[in-house]
Amino acid sequence: MTGSNVRQIVIDIISDIAPDEDVTSLDDNKSLREQLDLDSMDFLDIVMELRKRHKVEVPQEDYPKLATLQSCVSYLSPKFA
Amino acid sequence: MSYDAIVIGAGMSGLAAGIRLAMFDKKVVILEKHNVPGGLNSYYQRRNFDTPGIRQFDVGLHALTNFIKKGEKGKPFSKLLKQLRLSYDEFHLMPQSYSKILFPDVELKFSNDFELLATEVHKKFPREKDNFVKLVERVRSFDELDLSLGYTSSREILKTIIKDELLIEMLLCPLLIYGSAWEDDMDFAQFVIMFKSLYFEGFSRPEGGVRTIISLLLQKYQEVGGELRLRTAVSEILTKDRTVVGVVAGGAELHAPIVLSSMGLPETFRLTPALAEAKTPAIGSMTFLESIFVFDRKIPREINDSTIIFYNDSKTYSYRPAREYFDPHSAVVCFPDTYELDKRDGEGVARITYMANYDQWRSLSRDDYAAKKEAVADSGLALVKNLTKGFDGKLLFKDTFTPATIERYTWHLNGTVYGSTEKVRDGRTPIANLFIIGTDQGFLGIVGAILSGVSMANLHGLMGGEA
Repeated sequence: MTGSNVRQIVIDIISDIAPDEDVTSLDDNKSLREQLDLDSMDFLDIVMELRKRHKVEVPQEDYPKLATLQSCVSYLSPKFA
Repeated sequence: MSYDAIVIGAGMSGLAAGIRLAMFDKKVVILEKHNVPGGLNSYYQRRNFDTPGIRQFDVGLHALTNFIKKGEKGKPFSKLLKQLRLSYDEFHLMPQSYSKILFPDVELKFSNDFELLATEVHKKFPREKDNFVKLVERVRSFDELDLSLGYTSSREILKTIIKDELLIEMLLCPLLIYGSAWEDDMDFAQFVIMFKSLYFEGFSRPEGGVRTIISLLLQKYQEVGGELRLRTAVSEILTKDRTVVGVVAGGAELHAPIVLSSMGLPETFRLTPALAEAKTPAIGSMTFLESIFVFDRKIPREINDSTIIFYNDSKTYSYRPAREYFDPHSAVVCFPDTYELDKRDGEGVARITYMANYDQWRSLSRDDYAAKKEAVADSGLALVKNLTKGFDGKLLFKDTFTPATIERYTWHLNGTVYGSTEKVRDGRTPIANLFIIGTDQGFLGIVGAILSGVSMANLHGLMGGEA
């Protein structure tokens, strides 16, 4: 799976969790929290949806690795391989 | 039967916890003793004796706190919507007009715009203007969701900021009676939660009342595949080596590696034989009674347009169990019709809540109980009339529920409404994987209860020891 596929997977999940957020103009290198109204509960949902939809596990100590879209792609891509 | 998780109680917190767990493919069952869900915020119906048909009444909900406008972000209500994947519009929220704290010679109005309260305080307590600003700053910067906080007296903190005792009493009055398990005081974290919920954010009512909220939660719970069993009382919480393994419900054993209990902390301890030796948590003493009056027409806006009146007949607010059955010196009067100011036809409703005394209501004979209820209703009606002078609507119906009623339908010991004075903010009990949700976890009101269920299900059911 390519980086842009993984990026789209994360974007899809975010738009389901926070339907009111505009996800079309996100800066991949800026923290998601800065750009969107996401709190720790929402990050839990991203992790839970990754598991539910794609059987990808993110242990709690790795949650910080989901901080930006770029870091999501680098961290998650090997898990989708 | 085996489940991934068992939730005790189909109140707001239990339904919310059930939704979160089932949403992520846990096999969940909610066990509810009553034949309707809702817990402390429920509803009932009575056949009319004057006209054909039935009337439906809410219990609990005077107002939904934590009002937000559509699209507002980062607030408790918006968190609730996201976590349960519900849309704002489904709640059909009708904002309050305004409410007031009514003490002798002085009243403070507040609404869903915090500026109203700030202006009222400046106008009526001019010398406290700067102090009030300081209090607001303190509240704004406080992290009330920190699960590690212990008890701090709100009165002690307030005294260091506000000099005028009357202002302290008036500000505390709605916050205490809408959520404190403690007599005459409350934990500062809870004060902050309530201050934000009532004064910063404000009140609304879903169209259709509490049933709208319950049916949204039920519908979502079913959608995500959760199982609900009504009329199913839990009689024992089963443990092995101080770890929960399931419950006995309706005579059968149900097994699960995690149990979330919303029945209350002392109530949960009582059903857990493994905790027989443990010190039983304190049973809260704050309980209430409420009378409801239905009139043949709505109270005209010119006579009363405030949604909720927090009434107190002296300069000191006494928040403790009534000495005699109920305390006539203080009451909360709710005029639900004021939520929908444009609908002026149909019947008018007033609800009045008093602090009560559980022991006295429990010790009455059947006849005396009925007579006492009449006396309370008379007193309540007199106060409603006093607050709506000039209104001559005909009384069609009245009903009163007491602490005995609350105990009978919620099984909260002593008819307590705000639970134990011991709150378990992280939800943990001495039994591994047995967790407390709802009022005794320490979040307040309907929004608080729902967020309690959500956050405990997240912490212990989804993130924690993987069930």
